[in-house]
Amino acid sequence: MSPQRITRGGSRGSLPGPENIHREVLPNGITVLARSNFSSPSVTISGYIKSGSVLDPDAKLGLADFTASGLMRGTRRHSFDALYNALESVGASMGLDSGMNTTGFHGHALVEDLPLLVRLLSEALREPIFPSKEVEKLRHQLLTGLAVRAQDTADMADMVFDGVLYRGHPYARPEDGYPKSIKAIRREDLVRFHQATFGPAGMVIVVVGAIEPRRAAAVVRRTLGSWKNAGQRGCEAPGDPRPLRATIQRHHRIAGKVQADIIIGTNGPRRTDPHWLAASLGNSVLGQFGMMGRVGKSVREESGLAYYAYSNLSSGLGPGAWTVSAGVSPANVQRASALIIRELKRFVKSGVTREELADSKANFVGRLPLSLESNAGVASALLNIERYQLGLDYYQRYAERVQSITRAEVLEVAREFIDPDRLVVATAGP
Amino acid sequence: MPKTHTKTKFPNGLTVLLKEIHTTPLISLWVWYRVGSRDEAPPLTGISHLVEHMQFKGTRRFPAEVMDRAVAREGGTRNAFTFLDWTTYFETMPADKIDLGLRLEADRMTHSLIDAQELASERTVVISEREGHENEPMFLLSEAVQHAAFRVHPYHHEVIGDMADLRTMQRDDLHRHYRRYYVPNNTVVSVAGDFDTKEMLGRIRREFARIPAGPTPPRLSRTEPEPRGEARVRVEGPGETAYLQVAYRFPAASHADFFALSVLDSLLAGPSNLNMFGGGGISNKTSRLYRALVDRQFAVGFSGGSNLTIDPYLYSISITLHPKRKPEEALAALDREIARIQDEAVRPAEIARAIKQARANFAYGTENITNQAFWLGYAEMFASYVWFESYVPKLAAVAAGDIRRVARQYLQPRARVVGEYVATGNGAAR
Repeated sequence: MSPQRITRGGSRGSLPGPENIHREVLPNGITVLARSNFSSPSVTISGYIKSGSVLDPDAKLGLADFTASGLMRGTRRHSFDALYNALESVGASMGLDSGMNTTGFHGHALVEDLPLLVRLLSEALREPIFPSKEVEKLRHQLLTGLAVRAQDTADMADMVFDGVLYRGHPYARPEDGYPKSIKAIRREDLVRFHQATFGPAGMVIVVVGAIEPRRAAAVVRRTLGSWKNAGQRGCEAPGDPRPLRATIQRHHRIAGKVQADIIIGTNGPRRTDPHWLAASLGNSVLGQFGMMGRVGKSVREESGLAYYAYSNLSSGLGPGAWTVSAGVSPANVQRASALIIRELKRFVKSGVTREELADSKANFVGRLPLSLESNAGVASALLNIERYQLGLDYYQRYAERVQSITRAEVLEVAREFIDPDRLVVATAGP
Repeated sequence: MPKTHTKTKFPNGLTVLLKEIHTTPLISLWVWYRVGSRDEAPPLTGISHLVEHMQFKGTRRFPAEVMDRAVAREGGTRNAFTFLDWTTYFETMPADKIDLGLRLEADRMTHSLIDAQELASERTVVISEREGHENEPMFLLSEAVQHAAFRVHPYHHEVIGDMADLRTMQRDDLHRHYRRYYVPNNTVVSVAGDFDTKEMLGRIRREFARIPAGPTPPRLSRTEPEPRGEARVRVEGPGETAYLQVAYRFPAASHADFFALSVLDSLLAGPSNLNMFGGGGISNKTSRLYRALVDRQFAVGFSGGSNLTIDPYLYSISITLHPKRKPEEALAALDREIARIQDEAVRPAEIARAIKQARANFAYGTENITNQAFWLGYAEMFASYVWFESYVPKLAAVAAGDIRRVARQYLQPRARVVGEYVATGNGAAR
């Protein structure tokens, strides 16, 4: 292995900010962000286009997911095998997957292969042909994925949870669809969905690695700058779901399993909510800090009921969810659920202590260098900046923002979203 | 090759490997004990892993919560892993905070309490961890395959241990195991990151040099006899998806044939990602087995790979069957591909491709300090760090004839176990 290239000064240890992030918007609407990192001869690309599962028709649920999975199954220039051969032969990798509001892509390569990586991304986004034979192979793979999902207690608890929390809302529907809806999707549906929703408007691409930012942006401009789709349909995040009126419990039975998964929670803030950071610090105290916070202490450390028990704040462009998850023996579902609800009650009654808040603040600030050491870590940070319009100096002002949060703000946002008498309690298991 | 690291042995037998990397202000510290599940016999299977869990329950100086809190407050991350041959603990911290990690690790090498009451709750946590695994068809199948592959050698049981032993082992069993193996002369400390070698060595000496050596713990090793024919195992369980696992006896990582076998694996199943941390990875869609199994629709997915072990272990190919195929059909397709690589010469271009893929994976691995400190110690557990540094050059020296020879020698039906997961449907009981 070659010795490290040492870059004392330069980007070493400095946080992403306006002076070291290159940002430009191409005439066709694509936003490009680039930052250099010369610690390794590699490069990462990451980004999204504005097409997602919220656009799926009910009868063809899983259409966005199917389309994203089909993008690399053949393009006007390359067959599936030729496309992957080009990538894998140089040790590069690329993947695309759809979410609710966007379809994401990510890839990495040795830096000399960045032009190839961007060219293949451009082909997959602009020129997929969805060959019938490949579509049928993919359909079997997706259906098998759904059969595996049906046996996964965590996945099924999650699906049940979303179904109840978001009843009547687009987020109630699983992004990977149901066997019936996947069977109903025709090749023409993929072609039409791609034509209608894929385009440069609102697309974001981030490049991080051993290349000067302006040169990286030029590679993107040369390859994707000519993309146009006059008929591109918009994809906006939906509004809030109906609030819960009481606690709703649902169990999904999966015969033959030895462990059950529990998800207990409610609505959470969007990532763009001004109180998001206070919620995130509160969530850290609740079920993240150290060995999974208060929830981990109660359910795992003191009661020995679960290997994992933690809380999670899931926040994006659309309405979020605030959840606590645990995997427990079926005999302990009631006991673990009661402990979790007890922690939620305590959280909204008295909030967090001064000491707990100080701990989580120190953690949030202290872990920044670790989260930003790899190309993928920096790319994810830059994508956050753009997706949620946080400002290019977000990470440079991050410590200051974190330190400014008070106990009262944490308590206020906890009470705004969590009502221990109005929860979804979803379980899946035997 | 320029010197990239230092290796020092203290008078108490502790081995220390250091590697300066100044790309980011982080340090990753790993402590490796030469003890794993292969050092266990019934009724104490799983004891190494349970001792690892108890190492997080604290000492008099650093009670559990104090330890977790201190590391989290500084923005560090920590964890531990138990494997067949070793147990390891790590902290990755901002560079100026690493003294905390050194103090915690030196302290718990000798002062862990292993309290009976704490054990009572941690026992059920580990039982819950095992139950979580038992929910997964692939865990059930590979446990059965592993057991069928080793009748004599202690590699025959899963790292997590058998449920019967997890329920019955006692505090004194754990304490004895801990005292026997957690001695400096059975330990490797590996540190990579932003430090000065001389200064770091001084710090490690301050914390670890006064810990007295103990009797050198013997390793449990009973040579597995040569297999005398193909073994077959069948596991039944819920679900609609059937799986197949085929495991061949493979030599130890330090064996001269290992590098030719690595190229063979790369051609058959795609390049193995050696980076335990820090991402990277290359897809396997143009590997020979993808084309033979997935493209031709015998399977919807597969993976293949070996482990780096002290004694001969297994090369396993795991296949998720296509819903319309029978296991024998997939096995026949696999056998045709294996016969092809045994009978036909591999083109030099295919080998060159495998080398480039390995180089790319190494480049991705250098983005991450934790991954580099991991390798610094991990390689010492089955060979030495020189093994890791010479990995790519050794792959580059592999000739087409070597690949054919090792394919013929090791991929023999008489030296394999074929395991089948029979899915009994969604409503079936176990």
